[in-house]
Amino acid sequence: MTTTDPALSPRALARQRRRASVARFWRQYRAERAGLYGLTVLALCALLALFAPLFVGSDVSSVTGAPGRPMTSPSAEFPLGTDQFGRDLLGLVVWGSRVSLLVGLLAAVLSVAIGTLIGVTAGHFKGWYATVMMRITDWFLVMPTLVLAIALATVMSRSLTTTVVAIGVTTWPTTARLVRAQTLAVETRPYIERAKALGGGHWHIMSRHVLPNVMPLVLAQTTLIISTAILAEATLAFLGLGDPTIVSWGGLLQDAREAGAVSAGDWWYLVPPGVAIAVVALAFTLCGRAVESVLNPRLGVSR
Amino acid sequence: MTAEATPALVGDTQQTAPGPRVRRGSAYPRYLAGKVAGAAVSLLAVLVTSFFLFRLIPGDPVKTMTGGRQVSAGQLAAYREEFGLDLPLWRQFTDYCGKALTGDFGTSYQFRAPVVDKITEALPNTLLLTGTAFVLYTALGVFLGTRSAWRRGGLGDRFNTGLALTLYSIPSFWLGLLLIIVLSVGIGPLPGMFPTGGMESGGKEGFAYVVDVAHHLVLPVVTLVAVEYGQTLLVTRSALLDEMGSDYLTTARAKGLRDDLVRRRHAVPNALLPTVTLIFINLGRTVAGVILVETVFSWPGLGGLFYQALSVPDLPLVQGLFFVFAAAVIVMNTLADLVYPLLDPRVAR
Repeated sequence: MTTTDPALSPRALARQRRRASVARFWRQYRAERAGLYGLTVLALCALLALFAPLFVGSDVSSVTGAPGRPMTSPSAEFPLGTDQFGRDLLGLVVWGSRVSLLVGLLAAVLSVAIGTLIGVTAGHFKGWYATVMMRITDWFLVMPTLVLAIALATVMSRSLTTTVVAIGVTTWPTTARLVRAQTLAVETRPYIERAKALGGGHWHIMSRHVLPNVMPLVLAQTTLIISTAILAEATLAFLGLGDPTIVSWGGLLQDAREAGAVSAGDWWYLVPPGVAIAVVALAFTLCGRAVESVLNPRLGVSR
Repeated sequence: MTAEATPALVGDTQQTAPGPRVRRGSAYPRYLAGKVAGAAVSLLAVLVTSFFLFRLIPGDPVKTMTGGRQVSAGQLAAYREEFGLDLPLWRQFTDYCGKALTGDFGTSYQFRAPVVDKITEALPNTLLLTGTAFVLYTALGVFLGTRSAWRRGGLGDRFNTGLALTLYSIPSFWLGLLLIIVLSVGIGPLPGMFPTGGMESGGKEGFAYVVDVAHHLVLPVVTLVAVEYGQTLLVTRSALLDEMGSDYLTTARAKGLRDDLVRRRHAVPNALLPTVTLIFINLGRTVAGVILVETVFSWPGLGGLFYQALSVPDLPLVQGLFFVFAAAVIVMNTLADLVYPLLDPRVAR
């Protein structure tokens, strides 16, 4: 490969073109004010989650060495109060961000991966394969997602993997439909015919021509599904279907309910985890909508 | 918008156009038969899935039933026989299918009552809650969505869309818990105004009973409406925005029609067509909302029952409820499919 000579190397040319389109995308994205707010909030949350071990020790969720008295309202020492074991709620909320973000990301990636795989293959191979796949997709689409996720989480052991799988395998159908529609559109273009004429196989066409064209759509879809996944994770944890040994925002809300914070009127216990969930889910939704409206201005989702 | 709403709009042409173009009146019965057959296959698939899915639960259901008490081997065997757990899996499956087709979903482990009885007992309560919330959030969503789209980019639009997105991102159970704390338990000087849960205080009859139930209904309905109306709003808004540039609107304006009439008589009816389908497709989310809201407010409906069944886990009850929830969404979607060609004159002729 003569990467030294960009004018001749096709790979360098492709890289250059890609860089230009990323720059164009960013220029248009910057015009979306709500999307920028979302991105800023997400960057802050990601930093907080990454560097959480610097602020709070990993023993923050330990019940035995709890620093405070049980169920005290916010004070100078514990800005958000303490839970029923005397643990510091601020520390728990910060620590919980790691699990909630991780599960949200992994579940969304799994979901979008399944959806893209099925969408691209169903769009590329027509005939009975596509029919069967789209039947399955339609069936999953009408199933109440959360009920199915609850059912899956019930039959598997309580762990993070279970939560990720339960969310991932129940939320992919919309992605599959979108990607299939886009694949069908891409496959009618002349360059696909050219690739076929030059002897490009199925794999070559799907990975080199179709996939790069559906990637922007997939990106927008991932961002949107992350917020669904974060809400779903919180819901499963709240229903007691998450890993009880791991601190997550949904789990904190379940703890609060079980400790009787609701009937005691201890709002300070319930507010922070819920606000955290809502802020992060909203931030991802705003980013996803901004990406979507940059890619498809006709949608008119923004402004 | 999350996975379930806007993407559906991107794939608009695939999702909303219900397959075949029904041109003559005689084509509708065939279309109808196709949709009903499709729904029947889906229902059957749900039935099969729910059987095998819940057999995967690790642990012995009989041990769960006895709750760790000391039970003799003879009693265990008797329990197995009572619930048909001594039979081989395929026999259990054929029994299950045969019974399910006659509406028999077995006996609940924890209540020792037929699952069907428990479900029919709770169903009216859920229908009351869901029905009220559905009507309210659809009306609110369509109304605000229309306003938003018509004054796109205005202050009202930005406020409405922002609020809808925010409420959409809030976990429904959390909103429910907060409402209980603020309005039922009361904070500081604020007294508790609404009951913390349940459906009635008991001992009331006639009109007083109706008022009492309505009083209990307020907070659960408010929670459901708050978390669900945003989706309808955004769907309506997108559908109307799609129509905004259309020539027929320009024509209507050129005729000198008032802006208000252009909106109500021309734009909204057309925008409502895709909206109807999407509202029904999104019903699955409402089912999830109902489970959580009923759990939080101890509403004696199917969702609350599902939560109780999950914590045991009460296999036959979970199975039956899973089927009811899935069936409800499938049936509603099929109804939407069937009504759609009748609503859209371009398709129904």
